[in-house]
Amino acid sequence: MMEKREPLSDQCDWNFDLLNQYQTEIDRVAKHYRLDTYTNQIEVITAEQMMDAYASVGMPIGYNHWTFGKKFIQTEQNYKRGQMGLAYEIVINSDPCISYLMEENSMSMQALVMAHACYGHNSFFKSNYLFKSWTDASSIIDYLLFAKNYISECEQKFGISEVESCLDACHALMNHGVDRYKRPQKISLEEELKRQKDREEYLQSQVNTLWRTLPKNNDGLEHKKPTFPSEPQENILYFIEKNAPLLKPWQREIVRIVRKVSQYFYPQKQTQVMNEGWACFWHYTILNHLYDEGLVTDNFMLEFLHNHTNVVAQPDYNSPHYSGINPYALGFNMFIDIRRICEHPTEEDKLWFPEIAGSNWLDTLHFAMENFKDESFISQYLSPKLMRDFKLFYLHDDDQESFIEVAAIHNESGYKKVRSALSEQYNLSNIEVNIQVINAEVDGDRSLTLKYTPHQNVPLAGSKNEVIKHLYSLWQFDVRLVQDNEQGEEEIIARCPEKECDLETKKAS
Amino acid sequence: MANFIDRRLNSKNKSTVNRQRFIRRYKSQIKKSVEQAINKRGVTDVDRGENITITKKDLSEPVFHQDKGGVKDRVHPGNDQFVTGDQIKRPPQQQGQGSGQGDASNSGEGDDDFIFSISKDEYLNLLFEDLELPNLEKNQLDKLIDYKTVRSGYCAEGVASNIDIVKSLQGSIARRIAMTSNKRKELKILESELTALIDDKHEHIQEIKNIKDKIKILENKIAKVPFIDTFDLRFRNFAKQAVPTSKAVMFCLMDVSGSMDQATKDIAKRFYILLYLFLTRTYKTIDVVYIRHHTQAKEVDEQEFFYSQETGGTIASSALELMVKIMEERYKESEWNIYAAQASDGDNWADDSPRCKKLLTERILPKARYFSYIEITQRPHQTLWQQYKKVSLSTEHFAMQHIETVEDIYPVFRELFKKNSKRAA
Repeated sequence: MMEKREPLSDQCDWNFDLLNQYQTEIDRVAKHYRLDTYTNQIEVITAEQMMDAYASVGMPIGYNHWTFGKKFIQTEQNYKRGQMGLAYEIVINSDPCISYLMEENSMSMQALVMAHACYGHNSFFKSNYLFKSWTDASSIIDYLLFAKNYISECEQKFGISEVESCLDACHALMNHGVDRYKRPQKISLEEELKRQKDREEYLQSQVNTLWRTLPKNNDGLEHKKPTFPSEPQENILYFIEKNAPLLKPWQREIVRIVRKVSQYFYPQKQTQVMNEGWACFWHYTILNHLYDEGLVTDNFMLEFLHNHTNVVAQPDYNSPHYSGINPYALGFNMFIDIRRICEHPTEEDKLWFPEIAGSNWLDTLHFAMENFKDESFISQYLSPKLMRDFKLFYLHDDDQESFIEVAAIHNESGYKKVRSALSEQYNLSNIEVNIQVINAEVDGDRSLTLKYTPHQNVPLAGSKNEVIKHLYSLWQFDVRLVQDNEQGEEEIIARCPEKECDLETKKAS
Repeated sequence: MANFIDRRLNSKNKSTVNRQRFIRRYKSQIKKSVEQAINKRGVTDVDRGENITITKKDLSEPVFHQDKGGVKDRVHPGNDQFVTGDQIKRPPQQQGQGSGQGDASNSGEGDDDFIFSISKDEYLNLLFEDLELPNLEKNQLDKLIDYKTVRSGYCAEGVASNIDIVKSLQGSIARRIAMTSNKRKELKILESELTALIDDKHEHIQEIKNIKDKIKILENKIAKVPFIDTFDLRFRNFAKQAVPTSKAVMFCLMDVSGSMDQATKDIAKRFYILLYLFLTRTYKTIDVVYIRHHTQAKEVDEQEFFYSQETGGTIASSALELMVKIMEERYKESEWNIYAAQASDGDNWADDSPRCKKLLTERILPKARYFSYIEITQRPHQTLWQQYKKVSLSTEHFAMQHIETVEDIYPVFRELFKKNSKRAA
């Protein structure tokens, strides 16, 4: 049994001394549960600064761009009108791991936030395989600083408008600047800086040469032309950076910066449920542990539980507050459920999860956190009990039919269907549109062709025309977006420049 | 293994640059919004910022994303009535089909316009970008208007009321010390001799008497140095310093004869608002005088100026005469910066126009800082324009412009107050 100790003060106002005491205790308990974290850097900020942090979408050092200003004005307006509260905390995947605590929070909230962000998220960043392989926490701050300086340097050299339009175009394609399958190589800032100059020159020469030395297709033989790229490319920004014929070196570097930032955030998109669930599970477990030790008072716990319950609430589908499944709720309950399966498995659990039922819960939890992303985590660990608790049901909506079908519900025959449907729902490759570069006309009009492959016949939204314009501004030759129609032929669904005659004149010249 | 850092004192305006970038990018839309706002305000109502509205469409950051349609598979929580195989009628307009979908990649906040406020300064800066107060620099250099009395040291002469007692007495002490120091030295020597003689065992009656006499003479001499002399007196000195006056008066002259309709008056109003706003940037107090005229001129308040109906012929000189009269009575050109803006549809009784020109060149322009004339009409110019044209050729601080529709107003205003423009009409 744990020995009872003098409880920590549960006064509402925090001070640095008290923060330190709580942090020490939380740290001790976190170690007890084998949470491996980066060094914490906890920064106390005001609400205004929180809005600044919001506006830069989680980058502690952001380059300057109007969209961040827009975001800031929006946040400020909403906040001032009382339409939204601010997040209690923001945490940055960096080493040391920076977390922001808001000045306005009460002591109890600060403790919750510290357990949540500084130990929950922090350990997730350090141990999950996606973060390990995609992001380099130790160099991200340096890289963002490099990016900021580089971009402001460009602004001085080439003008704000030039840089802005380049960034606009890159932002439009940001979701397509990610290597989904390739593993990135880690390099430090020094190397990055060192290589950057060489790369500028090298890339430029490379591009020019590429176009110049292509063999002329002068024999009249009908053989299939080798296409360039030989394989379809999903990382559009990467393709642009390496192959766009007329981009200036600094523009390539900017494309690269946006691509890197996108790549940095990619794992966060893929692990929302897990990441939040893991952090919620740990703030809940750690603070309850402290409570069991008698270190925190009832007072403290009541306020904590009140906040915790708000965070992990899941409104039903017919509630006016419903806006999809709450990742905090789903994640938190799944981790709690995994622990339950390990500690108190039922017959059903033993059938569904023979490998974890009855095992050491801490080992199992760490394993689950380290080796999965949302999609696989759900398909692996979502238990029938949880589906019943959430009363999950699966709607199949085909626009060819005049009705929506309830394809499965939380019953014996439906568990597997519901689970795989939910898992698919978190599969980024289903949510994000699949567009790939299929051909760049290297020996002709230099036109670029991309192909949209719809997922379950979902069409592309009207914004495609605008995005294609942005793409055109980077490629600077004709850009076409095609899609296979019912006959299996490629059909142009968007192009820039739009008019056919433009195309003709360009060809002629 | 945690560091606490208190960042609360760091600057909180990390986003300022980005905000400026935003304003810079949407300047054209924001300007349009600003210009619309002018119309809703009174001439003198310039002490606040403005809400700017930009339609969401203009602000969009396009990305590729999925549209509605196709096959959508969704899982929702809280099943209270469905069993497998249920067929639910599709809600009309594709709307309620599970709100988890549809807004997935949009901003998801509805299609409201994007509204935010800019400060008064931002508002005015946008309004008056590239504009410069007419003639200002030159005037401030060669025609300093107001004087302020400031202290400027001390002098030896002046009136009794300005005597500085401390300075004067300091002088007196110094003078007295200077004038008596030799005598005091002598006196000291004599006194010590005297005590020496008195202490001596021998008697020196005659010598003691001599010394005592000498001491008396010296003491008398010292006492005779006057306690204060005219030479000691110091007077506070004052100088007049020229400061540019912060007062301005703006004359709004408008033709309200039958030929001026409300639309034309509205155009004129906007012009006056702009002028007023413009002046508030330079002057602390601004009087606005509204003079309306048909065949006779009358000073009125703003409401009546813009909105009451009058009919009749037009004699523009009547307004100019009234302006001259008011200027002489209330607004001396030595104290006030005088600005005037006249708006008319160009109609004037033909014989009156030369008289207008005369009044303008002889009585008004020498005193006024700037006089602008706008003609709001779609017809050909008449005599007033032609006469004024002559004035504008010879005078720098007179400007005239022709406005046809509301859209012209801002460009014309710009034209009138163009930076460093050489007025060559």
